[in-house]
Parts: sequence; C-alpha cells; structure tokens
Amino acid sequence: MNRNLKLIWNGLIPENPIFRLALSMCPAVAVTTSVENGLMLGLAVVFVQVFSSCTVSIFKSFIHPRIRIPAYVIVIALWVTVIDMILPVISPDVYKKVELFVKLIVVFAIIISRLELFASKEPLVPSFFDGMGMGFGFLFGLCLIGAIREFFGTGQLLGYDILGFNPLLIMVLPAGGFFVIGFIMATFNWFEYKITGKIPTSGGAH
Amino acid sequence: MIPKPEWAVSVSPHIRKGISTSWIMWTVSASLMPALILSIYNFGFRSLIITLISVVSCMLVEAISQKALGRSASIKDGSSVLTGILIAFVIPPGVPYYLPIIGAVPAIFIAKELMGGLGYNVWNPALVGRAFLQASFPVAITTAWIAPQQLSKGVWDIFLRPGTVDAISTATPLSVVKQYGMTALTQQFGGLDSIYWNFFLGFKPGCIGETSAALILLGGLYLMARKIITWHIPVSTLASAALIAWIFGGQTWFSGNPLVHVLSGGLMLGAFYMATDYVTSPTLKSAQIVFGVGVGALTVLIRLKGGYPEGVCYAILLMNCLTPAMDEWFKPKRFAPPKAAPVAASK
Repeated sequence: MNRNLKLIWNGLIPENPIFRLALSMCPAVAVTTSVENGLMLGLAVVFVQVFSSCTVSIFKSFIHPRIRIPAYVIVIALWVTVIDMILPVISPDVYKKVELFVKLIVVFAIIISRLELFASKEPLVPSFFDGMGMGFGFLFGLCLIGAIREFFGTGQLLGYDILGFNPLLIMVLPAGGFFVIGFIMATFNWFEYKITGKIPTSGGAH
Repeated sequence: MIPKPEWAVSVSPHIRKGISTSWIMWTVSASLMPALILSIYNFGFRSLIITLISVVSCMLVEAISQKALGRSASIKDGSSVLTGILIAFVIPPGVPYYLPIIGAVPAIFIAKELMGGLGYNVWNPALVGRAFLQASFPVAITTAWIAPQQLSKGVWDIFLRPGTVDAISTATPLSVVKQYGMTALTQQFGGLDSIYWNFFLGFKPGCIGETSAALILLGGLYLMARKIITWHIPVSTLASAALIAWIFGGQTWFSGNPLVHVLSGGLMLGAFYMATDYVTSPTLKSAQIVFGVGVGALTVLIRLKGGYPEGVCYAILLMNCLTPAMDEWFKPKRFAPPKAAPVAASK
C-alpha cells in the first residue's frame, strides 16, 4: 500500500475523527438523527477539509507561524462560504436541517487540527489525501451513527419506512446519540484490543 | 507467582456479623412485598405480572452481561432482583408487558455492569431504567394509569382481573394538580380529608409500588429497625420537599399544601428505597443530609416549575451525579495528618 492510500485508510478507521480522535463530537451528536443529515454534513466536511488542506499546504511558506491560527480560520471560512452556497442548490430540504452546522464547520476541531498537524508541514499531494481520509472518516462516522439512530429511533432508513413503528424514541434524542457514540467507540476499542492485544488508552482526548 | 490463597484474610479487626450483601438485598426486597400486595389489590394481577417480568428479565440481563463481560456470575446476591422490583414499582400498571423487559437492559447492562458491576454504578440502576423508558415511550409511561378499585366493588372480581387497560385509564393526582390546579384535585378525589387518608393508605392512581405511603413507611421503618438504612436521607428528603412545596406550592408564597406533595407520586418510595441506595448515596451522615435536601428540593421544583408532573426520578439521578463530589467535600478534617511519604518510595 503506498502512502496516499494509507492516509485515506488511516482517516477512515485507525484515526477516525469521531471514534478514535474524539474530535467534533458536538455535530456528531446533534445532526445525526437520520442518515440523510449525516450524509449532507459529512459531504460538506469532506469538501472543506480537502480544499483547506490543499490551500494551507500550498500557501504554508507565506503564513507567518505567529498568526497561523487566524490564517487557518480564514482559509476554512472561505471554503465554508463556498459550500454554504453550493449545498442549498443541491438539496434545499436537507440543507434546512443542517444549515446551522454547515456554518459552524468553521470551528470544527477536526479541520483545524488536521491543518495544524498535517497540512502545514506536508506537501500538496499527501495533504490532499489526508484531507480525503479525515473527511471521509468523518462522513463514515456520521452516516454510521445516523443509520443506527434513524433505524432504532424511527424505524426508518434513508427515509424509507422499514419497521413501521418507533422502536426506541430515545435514540433520536441527544441522550441516544451519546449512547450510540459510546457503544461504537467501545466496539472500535474492542477490535483494537483483539488485533493488537494491547488495552487501548483514551484515543486523542483533545 | 503467588498461589491463590484458599481463605480470604482481610485486615483486622475481625468482627463477625451476619450481614452480607445478599442478606441486605433480600431483606429490602421482602420489605417491599406489602406494597406489591396492595397494588395487586388496587390494579389487578397485571401489576404482579409486570413485576415478575421485570425481575426475571433483570436477572437474565445480569446473567448474560456477566457472561459476556467475563465476570463471575453474582446472580444469587439478589441485587438484580431488587432492581427488577424497583423498576416495576416506578412504572404505571397499564404499560405493555414488553416495557419492563426493555427497561431492564439499560438498568442492568448500561448502568450497572458496564460501569463495573455492583458497587461501582454511578446512578441507581432502577431509575436509569425508568428514565430510559420515559424517554423512549413517553406516551405509555405518562398515560397508562389505572384507577384503583374501591372496596365496595366486589373483591374477587377485581382480584382476578388480568386487566385490559384502555377503558379505565385515568390521571394521577400530580398530573391533575399540574394541569388543572388544586381545586380540580379536590373535585376529582373528594375533600381534603379523604385525599389525605386515601393517599396515605394507597388508594389512588399511580405507579405500581408507589401509591401507598403507609406501607412504604412501614417497610422503611423496618429497614431502619434492622439498621439497613438510617434516618438521614429519608427525613431530609421529605422535610425539604415539604418545605419547598409549602413555600412555592400555592398561588402566593407560603400557601402550598405540603402534605399532598409528600403523599402523592413516588416521593415516599424514592426517599426510602431509591435515594438510600448504598452505592449511589454519600457515606458520611452530613453529606447524606445535604443529599436528601437536594433530592427533595429538586423533586418539588421539577413538579412545580418543570415540564413533568413527577420529578423524583430525575432529582435522584441528578443528586447521584454529585455523590462522589459530596463525599469529598464533607470529608472530616484529620488532626495530625501523616507526614508526606518519601517521593522515591511511591514510584
């Protein structure tokens, strides 16, 4: 496996932003009441992550280290503004539900941490693939949480009625979001324990 | 490797006393039986069936989760039986039969076994089960009340009724007070004197085990006599609840009716059986009194100002969160603290 594929794989499972690094938990609980919402916000995050990683990677020699954080925020805000104009055109209904969080992508911890830790030190191509990996890892996490919560909370999946009744209403409430994330995190840790034989420490804990 | 000792030797002094965890659990469970019998009389065999389902599913969940987590099975210590009885006691008698089975999973698996087993749980397992059910099935848990049968209606007819519930659903006193005020309560349940008397004896709509203040008081006094619980938490809970209800309960200040608040809902059951749980309440007496005051005050505040008619469950869960901190705050000062251990030795 070459390095670029490894970076994508790294973002999907071993350093999944939600379940391993425990970053950006707030949107992960707030918008994931259905797969559709998770998909929409996840795609927005992929877009912003990839393009801001590339931008910062290209312009890293021009950004003074002392003002790097404001500079990153401006770069992120630029791409958030772009996606905020694109999304309502693609799907106005879903955009209405995730509107607030699309604007809040500016302050998502995962994006600025990848810029600070990766894109500001690496050339363009690895930064692009790292952005892809982290973005799709986030998208995967949101869709997984969204699928579990939508299925157990409303008996639907992607808007299609499967069960025909509401099994557990708590799953679409915030409390259910915390339960689901906790159990998926535990599953990730359990797999890590099975594979490496080491008891996992608390992931990133940022 | 040190061989596993055949006998467990603890530190001295070695006091021999016949009290064990399982003895406490079974005694507490036994002291709840009068309330169960009264609820069978009130609501029919339905309440017995719900209690049995709840107990059996709690024991099953405990056995399965201990097997899955690789712990030694401790099903015989009776703690899951007590949790099962308490879950059944805080849900309405008219709920579908699968509800206690679903409630047993968060209560035993999430709140107890995942936290480390008996003795490590942060929250009272039975109340976690009830909170989970209330969030998941808000309609069933807030409307499935059954009106208690009166003595005159023919005892055996009631006694054998397994119960279909739709026709006879009613409202609890607390939701009547919440929605329509005190005057509606006296219109629906008779004059104030008969309200006090019926509520004290337990002839009112409510959750399966919480209706009778008298029988819970009896069980609580028995537990105090056997020195299983002390008076600190129940008395401070009831006193603070009565005080807050008296101050803020009426139209103007200091005009509320404390007796109605103390006698209705799950306050008695909560004060004597839920808040006094060893694991989730503070160990120091002073901290216990503050804990009880917090439970009583929060309960009445939720009842009067909050969105729910009943607040005992959330009040106790909230105070459970504070238990470790309160044990730390109320730690008595030690005269002559020991000298700091040498740094090198501790590493």
